[in-house]
Amino acid sequence: MIEIRNIEKQFEGKTILSNINATFANGMTNLIIGQSGSGKTVLMKCIVGLLVPDHGEILYDGRNFVHMGKKEKKQIQKEVGMIFQSAALFDSMSVLENVMFPLDMFSNDTQHKRIDRAMFCLDRVNLKGAENKFPGEISGGMQKRVAIARAIALNPRYLFCDEPNSGLDPKTSLVIDNLIHGITKEYSMTTIINTHDMNSVMGIGEKVIFIQEGKKEWEGTKDCIFTSQNKKLSDFIFASDLLQKVKKMEINNMKD
Amino acid sequence: MIKAIKTFGKYLMLMGKTFTIPERMRMFFKQYLKEMEQLGVNSIGIVLLISFFIGAVITIQIKTNIESAWMPRWTVGYVTREIMLLEFSSSIMCLILAGKVGSNIASELGTMRVTQQIDALEIMGVNSANYLILPKIMAMLTMIPILVIFSIFSGIIGAFCTCWFGGILNAVDLEYGIQYEFKEWFVWSGIIKSFFFAFIISSVSSFFGYTVEGGSIEVGKASTDAVVCCSVLILFSDLILSKILA
Ligand SMILES: Nc1ncnc2c1ncn2[C@@H]1O[C@H](COP(=O)(O)OP(=O)(O)OP(=O)(O)O)[C@@H](O)[C@H]1O
Ligand SMILES: [Mg+2]
Repeated sequence: MIEIRNIEKQFEGKTILSNINATFANGMTNLIIGQSGSGKTVLMKCIVGLLVPDHGEILYDGRNFVHMGKKEKKQIQKEVGMIFQSAALFDSMSVLENVMFPLDMFSNDTQHKRIDRAMFCLDRVNLKGAENKFPGEISGGMQKRVAIARAIALNPRYLFCDEPNSGLDPKTSLVIDNLIHGITKEYSMTTIINTHDMNSVMGIGEKVIFIQEGKKEWEGTKDCIFTSQNKKLSDFIFASDLLQKVKKMEINNMKD
Repeated sequence: MIKAIKTFGKYLMLMGKTFTIPERMRMFFKQYLKEMEQLGVNSIGIVLLISFFIGAVITIQIKTNIESAWMPRWTVGYVTREIMLLEFSSSIMCLILAGKVGSNIASELGTMRVTQQIDALEIMGVNSANYLILPKIMAMLTMIPILVIFSIFSGIIGAFCTCWFGGILNAVDLEYGIQYEFKEWFVWSGIIKSFFFAFIISSVSSFFGYTVEGGSIEVGKASTDAVVCCSVLILFSDLILSKILA
């Protein structure tokens, strides 16, 4: 479980995040949604320690991440896996080497065992057979899946995904979403996902936090979204006509 | 001025982060070998090519422009050797390498920065500066004496080729000149200088690449800045080192 309290962050005097509180439970996919530029990536970077928040506390299962020594931070970082908006694979390494990298760096297993583990992770994301390709030679969806395999190689307790399905077609997005959801359940991880894809929200939004202009506007589950009275939330989610119709139908269904 | 001091401070901090004991020696050596190949072995070609032609051109220039009847017959070989040893094979060659290796390092690290690969390393708990930069610096320091020696030989072979194939002068005279009053120290001073230059090239261009912010335009700018900055620093330190080592 991850708890954040009163997170604040400014860039050059401009407030990007103000007073954000939330808890993210384990074994659940926690979604952070919001418009482009609302501060989702900045929030996630604060939580994982790539940025230091100006104020506030971040608790990884009770361990306070902000006021921590280097050594303890490193310990937590070994329990963290992250998938970046751009996949961020090492492009001088093959797919297999990418997945093996965290193992090579931190695991004391034999070479043979490390390869086995990497192959297992690749298999988990349905990428067996692509292990000798380079990141430049595979499609965006495959790159994202390699990134997932790399993130789970060390059996993390916390998984962070920054827009895991940006730039992917709806079908591939679904595959990625289900993959992340499945892994989260399987290993009971604390998963936090940044997204502005409504399909993901409806599909795996077990807990949804809506951020606008650096403030938390709303929080709930995907089912509450339809009945929520929050104006800003419905403006954001039901922006398109299609989704307006879906909302009406869903509300009618609920009445019956 | 204040900006320059700030940048220098950041550079020192990055070097502090770089010079720590690698977490995994196995990974360090893997990177080290890779960088020796990429930065050193792959530069041998250009070093041989340029040194060969410069050696040849110096010989021709000295022969046709300087030599006259009242000058001893060792002049051409002697001057060619001194130019190669004292200036070309260390300083000028490192200037050329600053262009090749410096831009290579800066754009590689810059791209890794903007595509969040460095962030990915940091998230895993890897000291990214140590993992990426230290092998580059070590590889350059290892390879540079070899490149200097290659350059000296190639230059001298170039000089001889003008005799053998160009008939510019008698090869025996050239050989006599090249051996005339040979001081071993000049070779060493060239190699010592080149260590400093190798450190400048690898660390400064790593700094420019590692600290890129933005996108591909900034990466391009960082790689140009790296080459310019390395070149200026090499020229400047050449001045000081030549005075000290003379
Ligand atoms: N390093 C930085 N320096 C200054 N401002 C920044 C920095 N990083 C982000 N910002 C600002 O913070 C704001 C929020 O950016 P952020 O990347 O968190 O948006 P986002 O919600 O992730 O958007 P998207 O959905 O497009 O990824 C933006 O206005 C951006 O200009
Ligand atoms: Mg973002």
